[in-house]
Amino acid sequence: MTLADLARGDVAKLEEIDTRDPGVIRLMVLGMVEDITVRMENIAIGGDPLEVGFFGSSVSLRKEQARHFKVTRIAAGD
Amino acid sequence: MIESTEVKVPVSGIGIRRKARASVAVIGNPNAGKSTLFNRLTGLRQTTGNFPGVTVEKHLGTVQLAHSAFNLVDLPGIYSLDGISTDERIAVDVTLGRVPGTERPSGLLVVIDATHLYQGLYLLEQLLELQLPTMVALTMIDAATANGISIDINALQNALGGIPVYPVNSISGHGLDSLKEGLEHITSIGVPPIPASWPQLSETAERLAQQLGSDWQRIDVIQALLQTHPGFSGKLGHELGPEAIAELRLQLFGDAPPAAAEARQRYRWVKQVIADVQEHAPLYSKVGARLARWTNRPWPATILFFAVILLVFQAVFTWATPMMDAIDNLTSGLGRLITAQMGENAFSSFLADGVIAGVGSVLIFLPQILILFLFIIVLEDTGYLARTSFLMDRVMRGVGLSGQSVIPMISSFACAVPSIMAARVIPDRRDRIATILAAPFMTCSARLPIYALLIAAFVPNQSIGSMNLQGLVLFGLYLLGILGGLGTALLLKSSALRGPKPHFMLALPEFRAPNLQTVALKLFDRGRIFLKRAGTVIFVVAILVWTLAYFPRLDTSEYPTAMNASATFEQADTANARAAAQMEQSWLGRMGRVIEPVFKPLGWDWRVSSAVLAGFPAREVVVAVMGTIYAVGSDADDQSLSQKLRSAKWPDGRLIFTLPMVLGLLVFYAWCLQCAATLATIRRETNSWRWPAFAWVYMTSIGYAGALVIYQVGSLL
Repeated sequence: MTLADLARGDVAKLEEIDTRDPGVIRLMVLGMVEDITVRMENIAIGGDPLEVGFFGSSVSLRKEQARHFKVTRIAAGD
Repeated sequence: MIESTEVKVPVSGIGIRRKARASVAVIGNPNAGKSTLFNRLTGLRQTTGNFPGVTVEKHLGTVQLAHSAFNLVDLPGIYSLDGISTDERIAVDVTLGRVPGTERPSGLLVVIDATHLYQGLYLLEQLLELQLPTMVALTMIDAATANGISIDINALQNALGGIPVYPVNSISGHGLDSLKEGLEHITSIGVPPIPASWPQLSETAERLAQQLGSDWQRIDVIQALLQTHPGFSGKLGHELGPEAIAELRLQLFGDAPPAAAEARQRYRWVKQVIADVQEHAPLYSKVGARLARWTNRPWPATILFFAVILLVFQAVFTWATPMMDAIDNLTSGLGRLITAQMGENAFSSFLADGVIAGVGSVLIFLPQILILFLFIIVLEDTGYLARTSFLMDRVMRGVGLSGQSVIPMISSFACAVPSIMAARVIPDRRDRIATILAAPFMTCSARLPIYALLIAAFVPNQSIGSMNLQGLVLFGLYLLGILGGLGTALLLKSSALRGPKPHFMLALPEFRAPNLQTVALKLFDRGRIFLKRAGTVIFVVAILVWTLAYFPRLDTSEYPTAMNASATFEQADTANARAAAQMEQSWLGRMGRVIEPVFKPLGWDWRVSSAVLAGFPAREVVVAVMGTIYAVGSDADDQSLSQKLRSAKWPDGRLIFTLPMVLGLLVFYAWCLQCAATLATIRRETNSWRWPAFAWVYMTSIGYAGALVIYQVGSLL
């Protein structure tokens, strides 16, 4: 399961990140690294882009990059 | 076009002792409250300019302390020192004294938002490698408390190896005194310890810096190893040989890209610190988040977006009216007073028709421009602008760009110059250039005067439902600009700038009440820049145009005489005819005739044509030129400029400003690139003359073509 598969409100743990996409590295610099817990805050019209919350911050990204983050779902959202 | 220009106010001349002062750099994440704190510490003792060679804004200020004063440099808000964007590179280069003309700071004041400790500590961790005396200002404590976060300041200070941490509230001023007291001793607190978060990198950097000699600082080695500074990477490769450096990188980073390895390594330390100092870390802040989440739901967000934009246009037109009327009465009253007192002579005409009519016709738009900027500044300060990027990513994707192009485009409604600079956050060069070329289409505040003048003169002031017709027409013109910009982006992205699909990533700030002082200071800055232009560029152009329009004078014998009219008619007719004849044979009139054929297909007479030509360096000049031409060319000074436009006629008696002509003129203005400052900024930001030249030819051509089609088709109907 990847970050792109989460529904709004889902809480998940980042497990493994594929760093071959330069866009993914920018997200890692913003703090999206392995072992942190994130929540899918919002999904825009048409399912893309996504807004992900972690440690009080909120970052938006596209599904294309979200697919490079493997996750395990901890809790289901609304 | 309004741009931020360098202001040379001698900082030392504002009542502070003249002596070599220490300088402290203020650095932190975007939206960490850096500027608010900077304003709070320096007040009005600050200047705005650019760092040499790049268009990154530089804010300099002075802080007066009990026993000393020092300079404060506000650096751009950044998340890391990776040096990918110009902002990041400048921040690093300034703190390391690599920027010529900017002294190396003696200390760093790192601003960390208590609700975003996570990203703030990451930047701090990188900054500690610079080995400068460092202090931390912890902002937004109240917001953190409201979110149920409690931070143990002493524990934080310990976790950071004893670096002083000052909780401050920039709005209430709480904690500022302790911070100032601490700053007084910043140069004597010594170099901070480097956190033991990445011993391998630290040791390698230390060893290499010593081995390589005095040319190398440890941060240079770190940046070379991490490949975040191409110059140093190349130099290090040259010193050590490519194989040795590849081996070193493999040891340090494994097979991951250096930046990814750095994020993994450093955030491990950050998480440890947070676990030690923070009671509990919520996933997402509660306050403002509920609002953010609701307004982010697709449909409410879309409706809100259009409501906000419509409100701005209505406000620009309706709120400003009383103030504009007041300025109008003042300038026209002053003009009449001068003519009445001094009689009709060259000097009184110079003052009344040249200076006052010219500058006054631009000055009158100050209220509208301030209202527009007020909205843009507040929307930016509350975090709403960043939210619109999320909302509009889809739309931007349709033209081959991403939500990251939205902020440059929206801030272009105020002025294209800073917005072209704001495009710097876009990582891909092709996407950045496409955004830069689309931005000047957005209706900037300098287009407002001509729109406002023509709309007020030719669109009836009536209501359609709850909307005002004039406001709606203005809204339509803004839409025209947006269409032009998006169309251009699409065109470029599917031809010359075709490239891989852009990424979209952006840290979204939560909603926050705007800070009054920050808003007021920014607004003041904008007003000052506008007035400065009215007092310099526009003043000079007004004088030039008056001179060209007033001289050479006709001999009295050359005046056409009214042969057979009654006395009063005779006087009025003669005066008008005289003014018209004078205007026609003035230098300006003669020049206008030469260029008239070029613009005649658009329905413009030589007066409109010369005003438009004069507006190529700065489009708001057009209104000043029209003000002067029509003031000199008419005898009745008590008419407003819009009345004069309405009655302007061709020699054969037809009205010049017909509906198709006015609509064409508006389209020309919506699309034409009449702004030297924008061209210069495109040149600097793209580092080539090719793009500004293309932008100018392209925009001028489609502006001309649009006006031509509308006038010709409209005149047939």
